[in-house]
Amino acid sequence: MSAKQEDIELFHSMISRVLDQEIAPYYDQWEDAAGIPRSVWHTLGRAGMLGIDMPEAYGGAAASFEISQLAIEEIARMGFGGLASGYNIHANIVMPYILHLGSDEQKQRYLPAMISGEVLGAIAMTEPGAGSDLAAMRTTAERIPEGWRINGAKVFITNGLQAELVIVCAKTDPAAGARGVSLFLVDTALPGFSRGKGIRKIGQHASDTAELFFSDLVVPEEALLGEAGKGFAYLMQELPRERLGVGAQAIGASEGALALTLDYVQQRQAFGQRIADFQNTRFKLAEARARLEMARAYLDQCIARYHQGNMTPTDAAILKLMLTEMQCDIANECLQLFGGYGYTVEYPISRFFVDARVQTIYAGTSEIMKEVIARSMLGKEAPHR
Amino acid sequence: MTNAVDQQELALFRDSVIKALETEVAPHYEAWEKSGIVPRELWNTLGNAGMLCVDVPEECGGCGAPFQYSVVVGEELARLGFGALSTNVMVHSDIVAPYLSHLGNDEQKQAWLPKMVSGDAVGAIAMTEPGAGSDLQAIRTSAVKGGSDYILNGSKTFITNGQHADMVIVAAKTDPNAGARGISLFLVDTSLPGFSRGRNLDKIGQHSGDTSELFFSDMRVPASALLGEEGQGFVYLMRELPRERLVIGALGVAAARGSLDMTIAYTQERELFGQKLAQLQNTRFEIARMETDYRVNKAFVDQCIRQYEAGELDAPTASMAKYSATEMQCRVADGCLQLFGGYGYTTEYPISRNFIDARVQRIYGGTSEVMKEIIARSVLGRA
Repeated sequence: MSAKQEDIELFHSMISRVLDQEIAPYYDQWEDAAGIPRSVWHTLGRAGMLGIDMPEAYGGAAASFEISQLAIEEIARMGFGGLASGYNIHANIVMPYILHLGSDEQKQRYLPAMISGEVLGAIAMTEPGAGSDLAAMRTTAERIPEGWRINGAKVFITNGLQAELVIVCAKTDPAAGARGVSLFLVDTALPGFSRGKGIRKIGQHASDTAELFFSDLVVPEEALLGEAGKGFAYLMQELPRERLGVGAQAIGASEGALALTLDYVQQRQAFGQRIADFQNTRFKLAEARARLEMARAYLDQCIARYHQGNMTPTDAAILKLMLTEMQCDIANECLQLFGGYGYTVEYPISRFFVDARVQTIYAGTSEIMKEVIARSMLGKEAPHR
Repeated sequence: MTNAVDQQELALFRDSVIKALETEVAPHYEAWEKSGIVPRELWNTLGNAGMLCVDVPEECGGCGAPFQYSVVVGEELARLGFGALSTNVMVHSDIVAPYLSHLGNDEQKQAWLPKMVSGDAVGAIAMTEPGAGSDLQAIRTSAVKGGSDYILNGSKTFITNGQHADMVIVAAKTDPNAGARGISLFLVDTSLPGFSRGRNLDKIGQHSGDTSELFFSDMRVPASALLGEEGQGFVYLMRELPRERLVIGALGVAAARGSLDMTIAYTQERELFGQKLAQLQNTRFEIARMETDYRVNKAFVDQCIRQYEAGELDAPTASMAKYSATEMQCRVADGCLQLFGGYGYTTEYPISRNFIDARVQRIYGGTSEVMKEIIARSVLGRA
């Protein structure tokens, strides 16, 4: 066994143990309550689950990127779709933004606190009027002597209700289109910051999804992340990693759904035989396995490329498009094999189904993924009206 | 086409149904979804509005309207996005009432039908069991002769209207050794001792749909509770199932119309990338695909409705209607939700309810797989 594999196995068993002990016994309750207690992030932090691939200097485990993806996959595999999304945002999106773009001071201030779970992170791009259309954003940040004054609103912000830190995308130069966007590290304790009620969804109930409002919110100069006006470029640079994380969620959730179903069809009898002995069942499950193997190969390829620094936005778009669509198909087909039980909350397969549905929407819809892929083949669409 | 229904009158009836639903149901529906059940009084309200069992003959308290009128009630419930309630009413009006009309003796009809028309009695039907699912021959609930009574023992699950039901048609084995020929049907008065209800099952959709486990424990029912003849239960089920499946198909078609209507309106309002969502080619083609999918299925289901009225609808054709229309319903709800983006995943936007409500349509009333098997048998014979 190579050292790398040994590492992976060690982390794998650590991650499984934490999820079994700290999450599994309570997850149904959190789904019912439509939220995860804030203290869970401390628990995950203490267990070493946050910032797995962050440098040791900040309290991270400095493990490989692959292992950080494994954590997401495992959370999703166990059917904790809502937690997987929150985790992906905190540990796999917000932290890398700070690591890649932040000043030493910003890194020192936030990374150790995020790794321990004291600070929960969120990122606010989407706006009520704009959806996946980032260039249409209306939140503004105006330069003032004390720093920046932010006004606007964001929607569908994962971890929005509990976050202590939100990376806010705002226009610093409204006339400059995509080049006028900047990123800010916003401390949510500042006056002028407020949160809407949690947004109720048809799935991922435990994940906290909120509207955020900024009303003459003044942040100091040092809240600017990276350079002013480069926000859009940073988003483009970091989005592939977010999509990789969503891909890891898709693989994990598909594996989890399939495992539950394999178990069920071998126990359950109908019409005098095991469901597993019907050809329809066998072929549906075979199809799922075949798609999963292809998907896993593509995910592994993307992880390797990301590691080498040459995963393209197109690679990430192909990954997110194919894996999340596959996840929805597999959850849908698996639910069907459970019959009426599959529609009840009591059987976890139903949660895999409803949790899956948003995966083809957030972090860029399937349609946006197709547009990204198409542009790599055909260039931008010429305006024709 | 036989039995021509005056389409103008039918349209007037449809309008009156819509009006009643807009006043009596729409303002409260979200609250009912949250509480996981509709209030019992709603049944009386629907009865007073003339919306229950409308094709029950006049001598039994109904208005003796053609079958299409009953379909209209279900269609409008489904089209307006009241998926759970459409299921509840379908079970009451289009499944339980016809069993009584077709199989009941005068005494049985008089005992239950007028009350079902008024909403004083809510009907349910209990076939599915925890161990059996769509496999009716495998049911274990037994009805054993005890003097002049029958004694029922067993349990049922996924029973729509189970919480509110005053009367449940129970499928039970009167002869455990006779397989399908040993099944009989009973009109069970739920106020009798030995009957109990389990919890209202928590589902991922159709939240206000009351879906329960039922238990029979040495429950004595009089011999007069036997519906039709002993041992003929399976034959009756096979005879009545086409109507149930047809109506599920009709609900699927109407729900798809509702999904499409709200999505068409949304895409014409919503701006994205500097234009209306409706101007993007993907949106246009998706809407075109779904509108086509909808119309083809609607035509087939409408044809089945005419065949049913003419007494010509066979089981495989009814299975095709259910299979095709409910799969279409799920495709349309899924495609429509996607066009709403993130909003489509929130409960605030009704398309999300159409999506989760749709999913069980491919399962209850016989799964899509059971439908395919029935269709396959009509083409290929038994495996």
